[in-house]
Amino acid sequence: MSQRQITFEVLRYNPEADSAPWIQTYSVPCEEEWVILDAINYIKDHLDSTLSYRWSCHMAVCGSCGMTVNGEPTLSCKAFLRDYKGSKIRVEPLTHFPVERDLVVVLDDFMEKLQSVKPYLMPKTEKPVEEGEYKQTPRQLKNYKQYTMCINCMLCYAACPQYALNPEFIGPAALALTHRYNLDSRDAGRSERQEVVAQHEGVWECSFVGACSEVCPKDVDPAGAIQQMKIASTVDWHLEHLMPWRRK
Amino acid sequence: MSRNPYMRVVPKTTWYLRNGRYLRYMAREVTCIFIGLYAIILTMGLVRLAQGPDAWNRYIAGMAEPVALVFHLVALGFACYHAMGWFNVTPKAMRIPKGDGFVPDKTIIGVHYGIWGGVSLVLLILMGVL
Repeated sequence: MSQRQITFEVLRYNPEADSAPWIQTYSVPCEEEWVILDAINYIKDHLDSTLSYRWSCHMAVCGSCGMTVNGEPTLSCKAFLRDYKGSKIRVEPLTHFPVERDLVVVLDDFMEKLQSVKPYLMPKTEKPVEEGEYKQTPRQLKNYKQYTMCINCMLCYAACPQYALNPEFIGPAALALTHRYNLDSRDAGRSERQEVVAQHEGVWECSFVGACSEVCPKDVDPAGAIQQMKIASTVDWHLEHLMPWRRK
Repeated sequence: MSRNPYMRVVPKTTWYLRNGRYLRYMAREVTCIFIGLYAIILTMGLVRLAQGPDAWNRYIAGMAEPVALVFHLVALGFACYHAMGWFNVTPKAMRIPKGDGFVPDKTIIGVHYGIWGGVSLVLLILMGVL
């Protein structure tokens, strides 16, 4: 196993002492097979125990270790060092979110938005448990499965310039999850979610930059979900105005 | 321990210079200006046509000026870039079920290019160019 000495420029911010973030450099002897998170863990374990960051599973499942690496929103446990040329790597917290401390960002805004879209099954009629499960064909599952892969890592929010310009925007991940439940054959909650989806800060704030889908580590394609919901909302509007008798 | 989150400011007017991805997006959006200008010039042609032969002939002569020719070439280039940018992202909005999966992206994009080419061909034939 060969080693490579890499200088990590890490954004530091101590809310009790600093008036603004600043950059601290660490020289890390990196193993060839490491990911960015391994190097950050090395800094924490051997060089500077005061560095704060989130991580848990180290296998692109928990969605905790999202960071900005060389300006790109990145899941640090999935970013192999062999893919980074040069001797310097800059690591910063996810952009567009307030920095709580060092590489840790404030999650509150995203959590509120996620709840606002009611990301759970709302069947037309609740069945007693004794009647068994809500059945679904493989085809019906395929319709929405892609959108279930979201791990709430928030890289899409860090990539989305519209979220930066208007923080009221519900945003890519929450809208992709909305689409996931709307497409589920067992669900009947679309009309309830439409109040959030069809408002200006819902799908219409998206101008289809597509950055969310490009940075998504799980290939969820939130940009696609949002455009499909725009079409569905447009169809709703026209049906409502051209065929008023269809209103329930 | 007190909380004092720090919000890093994103520049409101130069945000798209931050990376190539945003620049490509802005290029796709800004190129529509040339399509708009072309539409205005085309509408002016209709107005001149309604005003009579003299006005129409002056309009046609104006369109043959080098400045007008250069503008049309530039506008055509930007219109192609704009249209191709949108064609290439169309599959995201069009998820068409087929068998156990969905119609492949390449097929959806290809059909758009096919229709574009077909309509252009018919128009060129109608105009007597081909």
